[in-house]
Amino acid sequence: MSKILIRGAKVLGGAPQDVLIDGETIAEVGSGLSAEGAEVVEADGKVLLPGLVDLHTHLREPGREDSETVLTGTRAAASGGYTAVFAMANTFPVADTAGVVEQVWRLGREHGYCDVHPIGAVTVGLEGRKLAELGAMHESAAGVTVFSDDGKCVDDAVIMRRALEYVKAFGGVVAQHAQEPRLTEGAQMNEGVVSAELGLGGWPAVAEESIIARDVLLADHVGSRVHICHLSTAGSVEIVRWAKSRGIDVTAEVTPHHLLLTDELVRTYNPVYKVNPPLRTERDVLALREALADGTIDIVATDHAPHPHEDKDCEWAAAAMGMVGLETALSVVQETMVDTGLLDWAGVADRMSVKPARIGQATGHGRPVSAGEPANLTLVDTEYRGRVDPAGFASRSRNTPYEGRELPGRVTHTWLRGKATLVDGKLT
Amino acid sequence: MQRHLISAADLTRDDAVLILDTAEEMARVADRPIKKLPTLRGRTIVNLFFEDSTRTRISFEAAEKRLSADVINFTAKGSSVSKGESLKDTAQTLEAMGVDAVVIRHGASGAPYRLANSGWIDAAVINAGDGTHQHPTQALLDAFTMRRRLIGRDAGIGQDLSGKRITIVGDVLHSRVARSNVDLLHTLGAEVTLVAPPTLVPVGVESWPCAVSYDLDSTLPKCDAVMMLRVQRERMNAAFFPTEREYARRYGLDGDRMAKLPEHAVVMHPGPMVRGMEITAEVADSDRCTAVEQVANGVSIRMAVLYLLLGGNEPAVTHTRTEEK
Ligand SMILES: [Zn+2]
Repeated sequence: MSKILIRGAKVLGGAPQDVLIDGETIAEVGSGLSAEGAEVVEADGKVLLPGLVDLHTHLREPGREDSETVLTGTRAAASGGYTAVFAMANTFPVADTAGVVEQVWRLGREHGYCDVHPIGAVTVGLEGRKLAELGAMHESAAGVTVFSDDGKCVDDAVIMRRALEYVKAFGGVVAQHAQEPRLTEGAQMNEGVVSAELGLGGWPAVAEESIIARDVLLADHVGSRVHICHLSTAGSVEIVRWAKSRGIDVTAEVTPHHLLLTDELVRTYNPVYKVNPPLRTERDVLALREALADGTIDIVATDHAPHPHEDKDCEWAAAAMGMVGLETALSVVQETMVDTGLLDWAGVADRMSVKPARIGQATGHGRPVSAGEPANLTLVDTEYRGRVDPAGFASRSRNTPYEGRELPGRVTHTWLRGKATLVDGKLT
Repeated sequence: MQRHLISAADLTRDDAVLILDTAEEMARVADRPIKKLPTLRGRTIVNLFFEDSTRTRISFEAAEKRLSADVINFTAKGSSVSKGESLKDTAQTLEAMGVDAVVIRHGASGAPYRLANSGWIDAAVINAGDGTHQHPTQALLDAFTMRRRLIGRDAGIGQDLSGKRITIVGDVLHSRVARSNVDLLHTLGAEVTLVAPPTLVPVGVESWPCAVSYDLDSTLPKCDAVMMLRVQRERMNAAFFPTEREYARRYGLDGDRMAKLPEHAVVMHPGPMVRGMEITAEVADSDRCTAVEQVANGVSIRMAVLYLLLGGNEPAVTHTRTEEK
């Protein structure tokens, strides 16, 4: 069994300690641990976190392997410090059967860069009409616990109610992409001052908020658990805060880009800023940061959405929606939450590892950094400053909104069950 | 002046007045027996129309030909937004052909901006209408028409529209003409009021440099020009207003309403006019209505814009008079 000694790392941002990995587990945490028989990683000044968990990733395989594959996507995840990702169901074919989710799960295991937990579709073909075989997907080797029609909203109130009720049988959760479809017909960007000026179809905040309001009420009524994907408006925060205060079992995620970027960027008409839900206003961004800090928003999820160059190198209206995010997420969270004093590193571990693992029931991830736990770990050089260069991305697609932008922090090492997937910033 | 004309908002007051003044010079060419200047001889201009608009294309084409440019018409109707690559591909083809300017009409807001700023092409880009965003030469020709009617052809030279009160009526939400006019008229010192049912005013309009009213009757007595916008019939099915009749009753311009305007005030329409709903025949055919002049002025304005973007520094008309001898 191989031993690794991580020397002098600030565990969860605290005082420097040594962490000894033996095989797949953490053997010991303490100071002055013996390096005998162990490979030593000098981690002086770096922050050690439990491996990050992304509850919202698009891996595109099967069907759009030109954008991303399970291999390239999990390599991107490892580069970004992730040890587990949840792969969204909107592939071709849609992940709405046990067969498709098992295939995705197995590819993740074979490649070994990151655990891949497939998300099952709520409805057949994401069409919103007929429930997919949720139970079969749960019982498959993939053990699906999270279900989502992401990309589309489960807008039929009855289907949503049934899905929420049905997954209670095996402790599943429905992750809702909250977008009232009629209110967002022809939507191209956030509806407001900028859309009025640019003449681009508006995506009003109320289209998100009205669905969230409905779904928390449904979850309350049937006594189930609902998760809100990529919450993006100040109003959504208020609704989730209210629901939590009532004891409704709701969790919510925010993406890194919604913590940093605003719809002012759309003035460039550069489709790299085209994303769904759209970039909102400064006021929304600040409300999202506050809500993530106070726990109203539970987690950060990337909504990593790879697209090939030609789907973005065109006019705005014709461009695909989405941004890649796995490799820059932690840096954006450091800039928006840590460097602003809103969250400490223990808080980051909670929002990017512990809670997402708990929501998705990824046992073995999001665990404390202590003896006997699985060695899923991420080492971060938080002092690093550098410009984002997509040429170095492991993701097959390069549609990042941060090209050329200076962001803090860099993941140097990632270990998945004691096996290094990233060493000194390079994939193994 | 900037190298491209993408938005009326990009024009300074001095740029705009220069264009209007230059257009007056160009208009004199139209009064001559030979309506042609050699100014853009040897230059190639492409009219790249992804969206049908015979009126606008012909206006640009006439302007280009009067300036002796080589003109290529490229109509790519139907291929635009569904296949995203087409704009870039087309741009690069034109670039390879050594085109000097591209006049682009596109159904997607921002397409001309992308064309000018993506490094796909080196030519000057002139926006001939993009989605629901901008149509700057339309705003310029409207301003030109207003300056002539409200100040005078010669008296207007060098003047802006300070103090003039302009009311724009109709489907502001979907109107690039309204957006361009609000920007340009504000730059030229006019006071603009938008009048429409609340469903046809964009969320976010409060940041625009204009007033908004839902009541046409109360604004009419205080305006120097009222500009009627086109209302497409399909808006009715999308519940922007209950019925055509109700729209016409509340926001249509008929003889009774026209009588509420001050004596000197003009009625404008970017055309084509839908008679009956937005404007009655009685109003459309009165001498108050400038719709026909607007068409003629469109050519002068487009000549001025092309000349100023492409023609260099010498005065357009005096320079050519010597050549005519
Ligand atoms: Zn989504």
